[in-house]
Amino acid sequence: MSGARRLLAEFGLPRVIIALFLLGLFAAAPLVGVSLAASLSDTVVRFGMNGILVLALVPMIQSGCGLNFGLPLGVLAGLLGATLSIEIGLTGPGGFAAAAGISLGFAALFGLGYGVLLNRVKGGEMMIATYVGFASVMFMCMAWLVLPYRSPTMIWGFGGEGLRTTISVEGFWLRVLDDFLSVRIGEEFRFPTGLLLAFGAAAALVWGFFRLRVGTAMTAAGQNPVYARAAGVDVDRMRTLSVVLSTMLGALGILAFQQSFGFIQLYQGPFYMAFPAVAAILIGGASVSRASLVHVLVGTFLFQGILTMTPSVINSVVKADMSDVVRVIVSNGMILYALTRRPAEGR
Amino acid sequence: MVGGAPALRLRGIGKSFGESRVLEDVSLEVAPGEVVGLVGENGAGKSTLMRILFGMPIIRETGGYQGSVEVAGQEVRFRSPFDALDAGIGMVHQEFSLLPGFTAAENILLNREPLRRSALDEVFGERLSLLDRAAMEARARRSIERLGVPLDPAMLVKEMPVGHRQFTEIARELGREGLRLLVLDEPTAVLTESEAATLLGRLRALAAEGVAMIFISHRLGEVLSLCQRVAVLRDGRLVQDLPAGRTSVRGLAAAMVGREMAAATGAEPRTFPAGEPLLEVEGLWVDMPGETVRDATFSVARGEILGIGGLAGQGKLGIPNGLMGLHPAGGRVRYRGRPLPLGEPRAALEAGLAFVSEDRRGVGLLLDEGIDWNVAFGAMQVQGACLRPLLGGLLQWRSDAAMASLAAGYVKELEIRCTGVRQKAGTLSGGNQQKVCLARAFALSPELLLVAEPTRGIDVGAKELVLAALRRLNRERGTTIVVVSSELHELRSLCDRIAIVYEGRIAGHLPASAALEELGLLMAGAATAPPPEAR
Repeated sequence: MSGARRLLAEFGLPRVIIALFLLGLFAAAPLVGVSLAASLSDTVVRFGMNGILVLALVPMIQSGCGLNFGLPLGVLAGLLGATLSIEIGLTGPGGFAAAAGISLGFAALFGLGYGVLLNRVKGGEMMIATYVGFASVMFMCMAWLVLPYRSPTMIWGFGGEGLRTTISVEGFWLRVLDDFLSVRIGEEFRFPTGLLLAFGAAAALVWGFFRLRVGTAMTAAGQNPVYARAAGVDVDRMRTLSVVLSTMLGALGILAFQQSFGFIQLYQGPFYMAFPAVAAILIGGASVSRASLVHVLVGTFLFQGILTMTPSVINSVVKADMSDVVRVIVSNGMILYALTRRPAEGR
Repeated sequence: MVGGAPALRLRGIGKSFGESRVLEDVSLEVAPGEVVGLVGENGAGKSTLMRILFGMPIIRETGGYQGSVEVAGQEVRFRSPFDALDAGIGMVHQEFSLLPGFTAAENILLNREPLRRSALDEVFGERLSLLDRAAMEARARRSIERLGVPLDPAMLVKEMPVGHRQFTEIARELGREGLRLLVLDEPTAVLTESEAATLLGRLRALAAEGVAMIFISHRLGEVLSLCQRVAVLRDGRLVQDLPAGRTSVRGLAAAMVGREMAAATGAEPRTFPAGEPLLEVEGLWVDMPGETVRDATFSVARGEILGIGGLAGQGKLGIPNGLMGLHPAGGRVRYRGRPLPLGEPRAALEAGLAFVSEDRRGVGLLLDEGIDWNVAFGAMQVQGACLRPLLGGLLQWRSDAAMASLAAGYVKELEIRCTGVRQKAGTLSGGNQQKVCLARAFALSPELLLVAEPTRGIDVGAKELVLAALRRLNRERGTTIVVVSSELHELRSLCDRIAIVYEGRIAGHLPASAALEELGLLMAGAATAPPPEAR
């Protein structure tokens, strides 16, 4: 009994409830005529698609900058890379690699400025980050219209100027990661090996980074900035570095997402990108000041599982579109829950 | 002036906080118009006594007090500071309790403003009356004139020099009706000498009007010149209560630090070769809140243990914090003959200094990490300990095994009681946390170790271990140590020399074998610059 209770305490009540809910959805799927194999396949793909975006939150949480509500900034860098790669006309893995390379450059630049800004608003990082995310999206809404893109696959058909809201990546690098070494099991289950490998590689890099001297210093700076300073660590530099890393991972994350999804969504597309990622890592058990890869993996799987399963299962039961309602309640509820559990400042 | 009952009579006051007894059978009387000085070391019980007198809620929450308080012959048991104010007791706090964005007049008359009736208060009552600004200013002016200082009632408190804030605070207490007893807690600490002299003069005049006063100060010269009687608290007991004329600065200092302890011997004297000192500090200033260092000059010989003592707030803690670059600092500091840059913790660490902070939980530890991280982190970041190079040194991989074995060594050496090196530092007891802090500094193998309040808040057993570890480090590894502590006995048993800090300056150096009384005199500032009216 006490063993079970300890397990429950370690895993956390919210996770247990959500895991049971997800399990219930999987169990109910065949009963309402939804294919279990297709559901599982979808869940795995969405897990891989969103994984790097969730991973992108880890550096900033660890360095004490809180949840990166400014993730859209990294997403925008990714969008710039994606559209420029298409503009140049590169296709296939080469096109994807070019998109990634260009994105990382922009992300490093954006992240640097964003990091310097966050060092000036210590204590209010998350609120400022939210504004940075929103403001940068709105700014780019104007930029997408006026930037001199010429590729006919991307610009509005009638005016001949400005990018479309949705750009297909078909013919460029649609599913380059998903289809790499992918395995088909049965009729409806496809295992996106390349996508999961990419996620795994990104996760391993982050893990490795936090095992380095600099990663250790970053963790200490997040845990107790005064301690880190007294031990000779430049706390502001650590924080800036974490923001740059987070923004770069966000850029890669959106590219992984797009190649699987099939479309580049511009304009207000990145607007709410931060919230599902934040909800996922919190469901995974991260706090505002501490996150690990286990939190990322568990949280992404649970959150994306629910997003995949609710439309198919719940909608067939209640005959109404409840999925979005459930999604919003789960994600925002989780964020709210995590913020109330934020440890008191200064102790 | 008014015969009969004393303004205040404390009888047999006792108070404990949990296990520790902070006041024991304290009895004190203050006659109307009499000024009684109250002196004692930090932690002697002065503040607790005043809190009881004021009915501060913390006293009731921690189990009340023993004994009785009588004001003008009536026994009282105040439930809140408001009751105390109603009974005619005023308090001038050590930390200002003023509203910075309000003017002097507004602060002086806060919550006692003269009101003008308006149409609204017929319906809603007094809360909606208007303030009578003209009357307010006039009344504030009267209070200020009574104090006899040039203070502008219309000036915002936040724009005032610090001395004027103190006067505003005193004027506020004077503005109260029926003021019987005024308690002044270190009122001259922030004043210049001439301001202090003005204040003392006005206080004398007030006493002549029949206001009784309790004057708390560590400036013994001032106390003797102002007060008719001086009471000395030591370790919660009233050890001396004499008319001012029958005691002296020296007598008070001796009573404060405890004469019977004066026989205790210091460490055996050691001599250090003359020549270039390891650390030379000249004109050091440090802007550390509450512990400002103004102009400290001292030097530390190679291999010696220097103690730095002084009362709280005098700046002794600012010295190591400033040297390590944790607070803004300036001045000329030379370490091994080379200038040591201030304001950069890393430069100090790389030069070979290490610091054990007085703020264990705030600065000293990563509470959510294990002992291994806490011990090894500094050495890893500064000296590259516990790291393995990867890709030809391009990356530096953390070695958890090396961290664990480093920590395990110190767990054994310092007898840290824990379940293992992975136990989180936040879950250790205070004494063991302190040992972890020491281990972190030891792991840097410093040439000069700065230690602030090494035994604050830890039990006797841990205290002995910590002191023994410091002594061992000095004797066996030859590490030069600067210990900053409020505990004179501790400094005397550990150090070769003791420097006493007073008002941000080194008031003097004494050998550890010096009489406690001498040290007490330095701490009270009596041996340096007595205020003009000290005689």
